[in-house]
Amino acid sequence: MNAFPFDLHLDHLWTILGLTVITVISRGFFVLSNKAWTLPYWLERSLEYAPIAALLAVIAPEVLTRHGQWIHTWLDARWIACLAGVLYYTLLRKQNPSLLGVIVVGMAVYLPLHIWAGA
Amino acid sequence: MFILQQNFSHPAFKEGVASIASVCLGIFAWGLMTGVAMVNSGLSLADALAMTLLVFAGSSQLAVLPLLAVNAPWSVVLATAFCVNLRFVVFSAHLRPYLAHYPRWYRLGASYFTADISYVQFMQRFPTPATNPEEQRVEQAFLAGNSFLNWASWMSGSILGIFLTQYIPIQWGVGFAGILALVGVTCKMINTPQRGLVAVLASIAACLTAAWPLKLNILFAMVVSVFWCLVLERWTRANKPSDKAAVP
Repeated sequence: MNAFPFDLHLDHLWTILGLTVITVISRGFFVLSNKAWTLPYWLERSLEYAPIAALLAVIAPEVLTRHGQWIHTWLDARWIACLAGVLYYTLLRKQNPSLLGVIVVGMAVYLPLHIWAGA
Repeated sequence: MFILQQNFSHPAFKEGVASIASVCLGIFAWGLMTGVAMVNSGLSLADALAMTLLVFAGSSQLAVLPLLAVNAPWSVVLATAFCVNLRFVVFSAHLRPYLAHYPRWYRLGASYFTADISYVQFMQRFPTPATNPEEQRVEQAFLAGNSFLNWASWMSGSILGIFLTQYIPIQWGVGFAGILALVGVTCKMINTPQRGLVAVLASIAACLTAAWPLKLNILFAMVVSVFWCLVLERWTRANKPSDKAAVP
């Protein structure tokens, strides 16, 4: 580590600024325009499904793959923990379970498996 | 946006803060892990801090770290980040009717601060956009409060992770709380069998193509799963003529 607490080298300044623009554009994509518009019907309908599809397209590979391949072993803490969280949510569905419950149950399964069982 | 007095002085601001308060520790842990990961991947302190403070999109930051480490071209880094951020593009289409009557700078600011959990909690609290100014102020104050605590938890975790990298046992995997938070918000959104189907299809498609470059597997999974759900929707409707009248 540097003697000075701040290492002032910004090697990736332009990339970071570019990534910032990407965040602004993606989060604000459909609110950018001042003009009033309506989406075509099929696109309007696809908005019913697209948020879930987009979320799972990010989550599933984080949980079920390693280095771009399906996980080879069943003993992987990630999917077991997610399954526990989903089961908790599904079983308590009627009581509208909290987000915290999913995280706590998931971590309670994940941490022991990951730290002690090395999964 | 939480920097505006009209939002943070409104009572609904506190409601927004309260609704995300229970999971802010999870967001903090996810931020902490991202902070550590940035420094461990070889970013300088200044780079890591700038990235945290400006980019503010954990999953895309994590996705581009290996690319930055090998000095991948600009276009590759940005395209990858955009694919990981595709869900926000979809969220913004849903946010539009809630923000349409505000100036552009406000719309962009409010949507910039609205990450996954804030979006889902906002939509659950306000399923339909308000029609009068008083209720619109409530919506904006709630969103501001919610995204404020999300932002503050994420930033404090991330910055702590950047400065205390060597003291944080990353191998424990506390950052997995972030994935579980996303799993939880997705569970809340899956409230019809069709939405369950799209979840399964998108997961399989994204994993099968996980080795694709530029995180194009995310785009592919979205297109394929949504397409088949629309086909199914149209097919079931064609077989149920009684429902047809109800569809606008």
